[in-house]
Amino acid sequence: MDTGNGMSHSTANVDTSRGTDLPVLLPLAAESRQAALIERREGTYRLNMQPRHLLWLAVIFTLVAASAQAATPAGLIGPMEAIWKWAPFILWGPEGQLTGFALNLIISFFAMILGTVAGAALGLMQVSLLLPVRQGSWIVTQFFRNSPWLVLLFTIMLLFPFEIDLNSIGIDVIIPVPDWIKAVIGFSLPVMANISEVVRGAVISLPSGQWESAESLAFTRRQTMWMIILPQCVKRMIPPWINWYCILAMSTPICSIMGVEESVTFTAQALNAEGDRPELIPVFYAFLLIIHFVYTYPIARWSIQLEKKFVIKT
Amino acid sequence: MEFANFFQSLYDNTGWNFVFLYEQYEYDRLLEAMWVSVKLIIASLFFSLVVGFIGAWAQGAKSRIIRYTMAGYIQLFRNTPPFVQILFFYFVLGNLVPTYDAGGYQAAYIDSFGWAVISLGFFAGAFNTEIFRSGIEAVPESTREAAEALGYTRLKSYMHIIFPLAFRVCLPALNNNLVNLLKTTTLAYGIAVPEMMYTANQIWSDNVNVPEMMIVLFIYYVGLVAILVYAMHKWEKKMKIPGYG
Repeated sequence: MDTGNGMSHSTANVDTSRGTDLPVLLPLAAESRQAALIERREGTYRLNMQPRHLLWLAVIFTLVAASAQAATPAGLIGPMEAIWKWAPFILWGPEGQLTGFALNLIISFFAMILGTVAGAALGLMQVSLLLPVRQGSWIVTQFFRNSPWLVLLFTIMLLFPFEIDLNSIGIDVIIPVPDWIKAVIGFSLPVMANISEVVRGAVISLPSGQWESAESLAFTRRQTMWMIILPQCVKRMIPPWINWYCILAMSTPICSIMGVEESVTFTAQALNAEGDRPELIPVFYAFLLIIHFVYTYPIARWSIQLEKKFVIKT
Repeated sequence: MEFANFFQSLYDNTGWNFVFLYEQYEYDRLLEAMWVSVKLIIASLFFSLVVGFIGAWAQGAKSRIIRYTMAGYIQLFRNTPPFVQILFFYFVLGNLVPTYDAGGYQAAYIDSFGWAVISLGFFAGAFNTEIFRSGIEAVPESTREAAEALGYTRLKSYMHIIFPLAFRVCLPALNNNLVNLLKTTTLAYGIAVPEMMYTANQIWSDNVNVPEMMIVLFIYYVGLVAILVYAMHKWEKKMKIPGYG
């Protein structure tokens, strides 16, 4: 992949002290470096799809279903019928409980709330004036955003107690901790670290003039932070925040590995109940991909629109 | 031996069970898993770069069908959960692969490792395609015209002129994506690829030493990310040419 050798030989004789042979590329390279920095902070969920593309998706799904229909042995129910039969189960689980895809959403909501609160605190610690606080929160942030989500999830699922006994502090109550709550905590950790970076990035991206003029108006540091800096940051943080929500929502299926009763687990169970017929498998997994897509797509569009609206003119 | 005895006594005295440091079997198993993980990461990184290279070229193709297909591929892979993608590849396409007799049982020509590489490669490749395309857009039109004037065909100028320049512009973005891919390879656990996560699970199931194995997992993956970032920076420096920041 190293395409550089031939290139550097030919430019070896160029006198670089007087400028370069490709000066036109310099600003572009700097620009893309900056964009990459921002992207690393805000997540890489970006899409530019038009609503008409959804139509294509429907066409492809229909083709998959039609070919499955053709492969259906006589006497067994066809793919569309099977989807129709199992869709409620995959979407919200058995009667009376919110599981299946609904649980994916519930996990993503709570993990986002928890991760945002913790991440905001961690992010503010990262811009603290106290060196140990700043360094400590930096290490925590880097640790959680560079660990795989699955490893974090496993850690919480296996090490977190399945019930909390309040007897030790004198209250006779045992709080059970179901699997999905553990999943919420597990997912909130990487979200926390990434939101922390978003907060830090937003604070340091404000022009230093804001700090200086606040100081000249005799605002204390705390007042400057709460009354001047953070209100301006909120607007900048909303699009990346939504972006991270989309990434989180798309990651929730991995908790099916630990048997949380969400959409992937139920899809496998529904297929099993239909006797694992090979022609049904593509239709069911395609259905799963589509429901996730249909959920995250409008949110992602909305985030792009907000970003365009909030763009700061400099 | 001294070393093994120390960890054996650590377990006897404190209960901290780093079993792989004093038992040959667990040691071999963990080492093998580390190696499988590294192979998985390198293979899917390489495959995703190839997909990105071809994809970025196809995005600029004259044929409308090729361009639309590429756009559809990118949107679909970027906007669906990577874990469901892996399952889709393994359970759906895996069913269609012919099998051969592997001494008493039927084995498919592409095993779970192969499917993990393919699906992760396509997943990260969708992002790489977009990254390379943004780099290609940064290459000035005059450079393209100069190549054309020198008699380069579209493919040749892409391979020898445009891509090498574009690649350097988009290295920082590529860096992000490859780190992401490295972390995503743990999802291969879902289709029983015997990589680090999967084997760690087996070890803690046999020895009931979850916290210890978790520590190992964190050190392993955070360490790998650090190595990858370091290597990419080195590479970036090495490929530096005048005129590029």
